[in-house]
Parts: sequence; structure tokens; C-alpha cells
Amino acid sequence: MWDYTEKILDHFRNPRNVGTIENPDGVGTVGSLACGDALTLMFKLGPDKRIAEVKFKTFGCASAIASSSALTEMVLGKTIEEAEQITNQQIADYLGGLPEQKMHCSVMGREALEAAIHNYRTGETVVRDLHDEKIICACFGVSEQEVLRVVRENNLTSVEQITNFCKAGGGCGQCKPDLQALLDQELADRQARKSAPRPERKLTNLQRIQMIQDVIEREIRPVLRRDQGDIELVDIDGPRVIIAFRGMCAGCQSAELTRSGLVEAKLRELVSSDIVVEEER
Amino acid sequence: MSTPLVYLDNNATTAVAPEVIAAMQPYFTTKWGNPSSMHRFGGEVMRDVEEARARVAALINADPSEIVFTSCGTESNNMAIYGAAEILGPAATIITSRVEHPAVLGPCRHFHDDHGYRVVEIGVDGGGLLDLDHLRRELQSGPALVSLMWANNETGVLFPMEEIARMVKAAGAVLHTDAVQAAGKVPIDVRRVPVDLLSFAGHKLHAPKGIGVLYIRRGTRLKTYMVGGHQEHGRRGGTENVPYIAGLARACDLAREHLAESDTVAILRDRLEKGLLESCPDTSVNGDRAHRVPNTTNISFALIEGEAILYHLSDLGICASSGSACSSGSLEPSHVIRAMGIPFTAAHGSIRFSLSRYTTAREIDYVLEHMPRIVAKLRAMSPFVR
Repeated sequence: MWDYTEKILDHFRNPRNVGTIENPDGVGTVGSLACGDALTLMFKLGPDKRIAEVKFKTFGCASAIASSSALTEMVLGKTIEEAEQITNQQIADYLGGLPEQKMHCSVMGREALEAAIHNYRTGETVVRDLHDEKIICACFGVSEQEVLRVVRENNLTSVEQITNFCKAGGGCGQCKPDLQALLDQELADRQARKSAPRPERKLTNLQRIQMIQDVIEREIRPVLRRDQGDIELVDIDGPRVIIAFRGMCAGCQSAELTRSGLVEAKLRELVSSDIVVEEER
Repeated sequence: MSTPLVYLDNNATTAVAPEVIAAMQPYFTTKWGNPSSMHRFGGEVMRDVEEARARVAALINADPSEIVFTSCGTESNNMAIYGAAEILGPAATIITSRVEHPAVLGPCRHFHDDHGYRVVEIGVDGGGLLDLDHLRRELQSGPALVSLMWANNETGVLFPMEEIARMVKAAGAVLHTDAVQAAGKVPIDVRRVPVDLLSFAGHKLHAPKGIGVLYIRRGTRLKTYMVGGHQEHGRRGGTENVPYIAGLARACDLAREHLAESDTVAILRDRLEKGLLESCPDTSVNGDRAHRVPNTTNISFALIEGEAILYHLSDLGICASSGSACSSGSLEPSHVIRAMGIPFTAAHGSIRFSLSRYTTAREIDYVLEHMPRIVAKLRAMSPFVR
């Protein structure tokens, strides 16, 4: 049996927002019977341009149903712009984590949401013209672009992970060497980007504050939440960034390591190399 | 109210019979000597092991000297295929089928990938029945090791082993059969059905996990796989697992006694199958219903997914298994279901129920009572159901 969290099991047993909407504003369908899972997501906007109603139908395993259900709760009340920021990792986090082999369920959720938003904006029912993309995995119809996207968004480092996240390579396995080559290239690029001296951008104070908040939101908070922890930005004073740990992180024995190894390292990498992170006392 | 346990996954493993536990007990408490020892304390244990061997042999009508104890079905299959393939050499063809258990396909593919043997996997039809014409043609192409299962673990479909054995022996090839899902469920007589090597496992017939058997017909040449002491006449080194051997012998006695009542199990299986086909629309049976072990049914519930069904069943205390992608631990439906050419609409929703002599009519009715609701719930949320 899979090591499903109680939250996954709850959403599987009592899925929220199952069904369809008459005249929805956006509809997206991804997956197929052959692939073993499929999701149709539809939504309607309210007068305030926020998602007022959302419904789904899913063919798939317990975690596919739970991921779909979780996604509907996450998007409800959001604007389109807010909803399209949702990543597959956030869907997994919302459920308290998914088994690695089931991460493709969260990716399916993110893809269905994108398809529905695309349908709302353009009226088209397909997001991408597959003829324009190079299919790398014929069994599951996964393109190079899709593989690169899950690799980048989830910092993947192995072909096995690629299969877990987007199914590519999980059928006959013949594309595994191609996936490895694609991954090697991406990892080499990633390394090159890291080691190349980055020109220090001259940021305005406002830009700097914005960037620090963004990095905490996207790169740091999700990691801490995985362990039931959290972080709060207290103040920014020149190069000094003052933070406070919350939840399980507060008083955690490795808080100091988290401060330097995660928070400071990420902010130095992505915002400015002179940042010093201090914990509020 | 606590959830009942309705165990319908006996092709995965079975409950250890109370009589079997009782038979094992003395070898943990008082008779724990080493059968190879040169003292009476060990010698008595050796006598018990040999007496147990005779009772295990009786289940398949073999001579006791033809029985080798192993640790599990997988070991027996590996020992047979490695041992026979090495003796035959790379000029021989290994003939197997597309629906074998991984414990057979794995060793066969190893000889192909690492040693360059020609390996042929014979296909099956929509009912899971073997393409005998293909087998016949392959047997004409020179020396061969044939490994074909007696009964399929997922569908319960029986291969016509008597006919296969005659064909293989007439061609002068070596025949191994994986009888893990057949032993204890259908009569096996190795004097009537001339297989050379036959594997089975204790935990599929109410003995514990950790004990298996390889039957080696007298005169069959086999390279020793587990090298060590002189145990099992040098065919498998390692101190005998005495308590489990004693337990297996008791389990084999019981299996022989209960073979006569296998109709009772078949009646319950048919009641379940008929009930599900009637109460759940768009369901179909996988596997030829006329050629099956009595305890197994494999049913596809169209347009819904197997793992989701299993989790709902599990919430009710019902244990079954599925050939769907998600529950097979891979991303594609089981190789058996695919080899049978079952369409994707049905393949992902295949559920195997496997009964035992302990299964009751009440348990079957409990499943029949709840299954329609589970199927309806999942269909209501399937985007493919209009």
C-alpha cells in the first residue's frame, strides 16, 4: 500500500467539487484512458473576476482523485492570475506530500488548470500544438518541453524522477537514453548558470524587498512547510534580512542550519550576494 | 463496530492454517537440532525432515528423492531456470510465455541480456490461453528449455500442462513449470504429466512464507545454484529450515484432503462473479472461464481505475488486488492483462478476487452488497462516463 497522508485519504474518500458546470468560463482536459489517468477541470468566474465555482471529474487512482480535489479547493476564490501561479509542488504540499512515484498526479492537476485557463483566454480546447513540439516519450505522449519543465520546476536530477513526475520513460522504456541526454544537458546548463559570475544587478529598494519576499514565498516556505514549519519576514535593513521561524521550525535544533544553509543561501543566490540573514531574538 | 476482514487475496498469500502452526511448534521448542549432526538429538530431526519430504512429494505424486526444499517460489524458479539453462548452454533456446510471473521472466531475460541466449515469449489469446501452435513450431528449432506456468496468478487461467508436457518431451526439450498458483488448487500428478522441473511455494497453500519446493525429476541434470554443504543431496546447500518444512508437510496433507472439496470454493467464486456481473454494469471477466483454478476471478470494471477501487474496498476490510497501472507499481497495466489484449477501457479497472477454503458465503455477500456503490461512486466522477 502507498504511504498516503491522512489528507490524501480524506480527499480521496470525500472528494470536494466533483461534477460539471453548465456553461463554464474555462474547461481543461488532460490525460487519457490509455495513460491510466485523466482529469477534466472547469470553472466559472464571479462578478469580481475571481473563481466562484470549480468542478472536476477524474479517472485515476486514489492520489489522482485527491490531487484533483485539492486543486479545486486551492483555486476557489482566486483570480486567474493568482491561480496560474500554482505549481505541482504546491498541490503536493497541500496534501501533506505525495509519494514520489505519484508526483505525476500533481503535475496532471497543474496541467489541467493551465488548460482550463488557456481555454478561458482563447476559447481553444488544447493548450499546445503537439505538432510543434518534439515528443520524447511516445508511450505517454510527453514532449521535450514538458520534461524540461518538470525538471526545472522540481529540480529533478534523475530519469527515474522524470518518470515519477510526468510518466515519460514509464512505458516501453526505449526513450530512457534520450531522457538521460536531455537531463545531462539541462544539469550541465544549470551548473554553468550557477558558476558563471552573475552581474550584480543594481536593484531599487522596492525591487529588492519584492524579490526577497518572492524568494521566501516560492523557494523557502514550501520547503519548511513540508516539515510543518514556517517562516516570517520581520524586517529588511540594508543587507540585513531579519526573519523569524514559526511552527516546527521555531526552536528546532537545526534552525541555525536552516538559516544559513537554506534561507541565506537562497537569498544570496537569487537576490544579492551581500545578504546577511538574522533570526529575530 | 470494527471493520471485518474479508480476505479475497489468496493468490498473494494465504492464512497459515492452525494445524500447520501446531506442526511447526516442536521444532522451535524441543526438537531444534541440526539434521546433519552426528548425534541422536539431530538425527531424530533428520528423520522428521525425510518424513515431511515424503508427505510433500505425495501432493504431486513424486518420489521423495525428487523434492528439494528452497526458501520460496522465486528461488525455485531461479534454481530451475539457471540450473537447466547453464547445462544446455547458449545454443539452446529458452521458451517461455508473455504471461509468466516476474520470477520466471526475470531469469529468462537475464540469460538473453547477459548471456546471449535466444529467448522466445509465446503469446496468449484474449482468454489467456497459450498459442500452442507457436510453441510447437519453436520446439522444432533445436535444444530448448521450456518454462510455462501451470496456472496464471492474475487470471487463474490453466495452461494445458499435460498436452504441453507431451509436446515438449516428444521434442526432447527440458520442461519447467511454475506451479505456484496450481499446487493445492488443482490435482497435480508428475507421473501422468511428465514435467522435469516444477516449482511451488508454501505460503500459497496455508503454510508460512519462507518455504518453497523444487521438484526435480530423477535424471534431470541441473547445475547447482546454491553451493555450500551437502544438504538436499548437494542440490541446495544450507541448513534445512526444519520448522517450515514440517509446516509445509502438514499444509500439503491438508491441501490433499481439501482438493476433493474444491468445488465448494468454485461455487463461491462463481456466486461472486455472477453477482458482480449482474449488479455492476459494464463489467467483464478476464480469462477463459472454462479453464481456471477454482478460487480465482479477474473482473474488469470499465472506465474506472483499479487502485481507487482497492482503496474503497480496503476501507470496508475487503482485500483484493488489481492489474491496474497504479497498483502494479509501474505506469502501465499488468503485463498479463496487456498480453491478453484487454482494451485500455477495461485494463485499468481489473480486480482479482482470489478465495480460499476459509472463504464463506457471508463474506461473498458482503462484497456483493458494497461493490455496486463503490463502482457507481467512481463512475460518477469519471470523465469518460457520460
